Amino acid sequence: MTAKTLPHRSLPPDLRRLEAEAIFIFREVAAEFRKPVLMYSIGKDSSVLLHLARKAFYPSVLPFPLLHIDTTWKFREMIAFRDETAKRLGLDLIVHTNREGLQQGITPFTHGSSLYTHVMKTEALKQALNEHGFDAAFGGARRDEEKSRAKERVFSFRNANHVWDPKNQRPELWHLYNCRLGAGESIRVFPLSNWTELDVWRYIAHQNIPIVPLYFAAPRPVVERSGGMLVVDGDRFKFEPGEQVVTRTVRFRTLGCYPLTGCIESSATTLAEIVQEMEASQVSERSGRLIDHDEQASMEKKKREGYF
Amino acid sequence: MKAISDQAIAGAVELGQAAATRDQLCVLTCGSVDDGKSTLIGRLLLDASLVLDDHFAALTRDSKTHGTVRGDIDPALLVDGLEAEREQGITIDVAYRYFGTARRRFIVADTPGHKDYTRNMVTGASTSDLAILLVDAEKGILEQTRRHAFICALLGIRHFVLAVNKMDLVGFDEVRFNAIRDAFLQFAGRFERCNMVAIPMAARFGDNVVRGSAQMPWYRGPKLLEHLEAVTVDANREAMPLRLPVQYVSRPNAEFRGYAGTVVSGSLRKGAEIMVSRTGVRTRVADIVTMDGKLDAANAADAVTVVLADKIDVSRGDIIASPEQPPQRADAFAATLVWMSEHHLLAGRTYLLKCGGQTLSAIVTELKYRIDIESFDHIAAKELGLNEIAFVNIATAEPISFDPYDDNRDTGGFILIDRHSNATVAAGMIRFGLRRAANTYFQAFDVTKTARGSLNAQKPALLWFTGLSGAGKSTIANLLEKKLYAFGKHTFVLDGDNVRHGLNRDLGFTEGDRVENIRRVAEVAKLFVEAGLITIVSFISPFRAEREMARELVEPGEFIEIFVDTPLATCEARDPKGLYKKARRGELQNFTGLDSPYEPPVNPELTLDATTDSAADLAERIIQFMQQRGMLS
Repeated sequence: MTAKTLPHRSLPPDLRRLEAEAIFIFREVAAEFRKPVLMYSIGKDSSVLLHLARKAFYPSVLPFPLLHIDTTWKFREMIAFRDETAKRLGLDLIVHTNREGLQQGITPFTHGSSLYTHVMKTEALKQALNEHGFDAAFGGARRDEEKSRAKERVFSFRNANHVWDPKNQRPELWHLYNCRLGAGESIRVFPLSNWTELDVWRYIAHQNIPIVPLYFAAPRPVVERSGGMLVVDGDRFKFEPGEQVVTRTVRFRTLGCYPLTGCIESSATTLAEIVQEMEASQVSERSGRLIDHDEQASMEKKKREGYF
Repeated sequence: MKAISDQAIAGAVELGQAAATRDQLCVLTCGSVDDGKSTLIGRLLLDASLVLDDHFAALTRDSKTHGTVRGDIDPALLVDGLEAEREQGITIDVAYRYFGTARRRFIVADTPGHKDYTRNMVTGASTSDLAILLVDAEKGILEQTRRHAFICALLGIRHFVLAVNKMDLVGFDEVRFNAIRDAFLQFAGRFERCNMVAIPMAARFGDNVVRGSAQMPWYRGPKLLEHLEAVTVDANREAMPLRLPVQYVSRPNAEFRGYAGTVVSGSLRKGAEIMVSRTGVRTRVADIVTMDGKLDAANAADAVTVVLADKIDVSRGDIIASPEQPPQRADAFAATLVWMSEHHLLAGRTYLLKCGGQTLSAIVTELKYRIDIESFDHIAAKELGLNEIAFVNIATAEPISFDPYDDNRDTGGFILIDRHSNATVAAGMIRFGLRRAANTYFQAFDVTKTARGSLNAQKPALLWFTGLSGAGKSTIANLLEKKLYAFGKHTFVLDGDNVRHGLNRDLGFTEGDRVENIRRVAEVAKLFVEAGLITIVSFISPFRAEREMARELVEPGEFIEIFVDTPLATCEARDPKGLYKKARRGELQNFTGLDSPYEPPVNPELTLDATTDSAADLAERIIQFMQQRGMLS
């Protein structure tokens, strides 16, 4: 995809403030940490994160690599988009998969979303961070996504075992981020902390940021499951008894592993239509993610274990 | 790949114009555990139709298990996120909530009310424009209402909403409301330049939150949301002097050198003259670079990369500033500190200070007084504990550039970081510089340390013995000095007990006095090293921070930390001065190893085991070590 060269359009004041805050955070990390990395999950938040990182260091190239934790269960369009983006922007992209998990045959169909997420995402992430010795990792998480995230710092401290201790967070004063670490400790950094889902879409529309086409409505093969809809992506999809593939015009609000990510019926085929749809929406974004519903306060638990 | 259509872009532009003037307001809410703070925020979200369907369903479900409002939905559960908070029914950390109306985007920092969580409240207040102080109409203004207002004012918040909540419990009584409002205004009158609005509410039922109140027709002022949408908090940062703290130096190639940072106040114009705060050097702005293209001007809150007309020395931490109104520069200043650590502040201990992009060693040189946050009395203090506030003097290792906090939050606020745990231990607000660094010079003398040392045919060094009382430090130090003397070396021993008879006669054994004890000895030892002597210090010196401070006073390689690692039981069995017995009888307080901590070195140059080797052997090991290092030629 070739992004059009647009005349400089000034952003609304609220988006400008969010943009400047994120750029400040990127620069602070690049200046103070030994080996940062940008966690790239291919979704819309990652697209915004990458765009802001490029803005922060322009005209220099990104002073850190991107890391994608590949569970091998991402939508094919996501992987194609990832590789195309890396090529187009000349990015240093590291792709990591938990090989042991793969060899043990752990899949979202056979082992349940909880164990699968732990092995293929949380453990895989820790492996990659340890292997490369990254001391700071940018993530696209936003505080409006989920209650435990609402309390997390922008610079979120992790001990040598990658554990988050919500009761003992460093006070975060003004924009003076404490970047000091002991051996093996690290920081997860969330430049989009103060953004809402709608802010992300408005910003993507204003800046004309490329995103995975799955975010736009199109006729796709789907099955209905537990009150949601899953898109059938490839032959590894395991059908439950009685499930029928039907074609529906759907899109995604959030992207993850295809067996765990529900889609919504929508006719929004442009960014403007998506923004309009978001403004009218009465359901939260993560309701489409099966992993949050496993148990009460499940995200806080996952985060303490080292999940992003 | 899907190309984004022109139609989509056109639609997006339209959307941008509709919201083109929408700005952002950061709001802090504070109040005590039972004042209904979370309920108020929950109600605000509910009534402004900002709660999504699935969150509402979860709320209805949670209200049955955790709710404190019987038989009804409990809006507070929308806000209290962490499991521990749900269990205890209180808010223990700052939670951020986001919502927007057509006019404004709001960030609400919901902060804990309890005194034990003052630090969390300070965290929320540091980035807020306006504070909503909740008061229970039945209880009226409490000490903690005054405390919250004081902390908000201290952190520079100038806009207050006094939310007099639970009006239903006082029969929606106007007289009661007026009495609370007047009591608050009388007390808050001391805060300068503050804007106050009092609103009677019943958050549980929604009165005067988003909707009006049929129960309180006597109230004619704004409803809460109405006020939040209309209030002007703009400090007009563009009219203030230019400040652009440099974060990052961008050098994509040999030709380009840009300074990346965010304009925190004033405006930066292409062609305009600027000054670099650290050096005072002036030049012009050649270019203002962004990925969206070059700009003619950048204003407060814009993140840019600046190219300067001349090749001058600029690095991270420097401030690109207005030459007419530059920031102050000093290595000593007065500040207000909010202490955030369980470990007390000790005057004389070195911490790391971060102010903008500047991070360097700093010492609290004087604790002027502690401020009682309930009576506002000034109290003499030697230490500062968790959540306490004090007025202090601070000295930094080198001069820093700053503005008084009341003039500029971004260049006048700082944090202190513990050098060992790396914890953020304090928030500080600079009040004024104590002396202009430009007026104090080090007098340079022509005869240097090296010259003095070479006249004596030796390299100056600082051999620092640390260990418990009775470990054998002084015995080994004595033998070592005799050996060095035999080599024809000029030495001097500073011994703990001996120095306490003279220079440090005024100091006791509290943690604070111990820190000062070591600070003085380290400074004296530094002078002896400057004089060209091989200086031996034999002090218990129980804290790592002070030994690190001593190490940094002399040049790299000159400081040799010698840990005499004798177990407590052995020291106590030896008890050469009978001190352990006295301490065990309770006649000595703060005795190291018993009721006062000893922090063993992490990476000492030498660790000596006095239980296996004789003092003479150990002294010889030190000599060998010095020879290997080329310290004894």
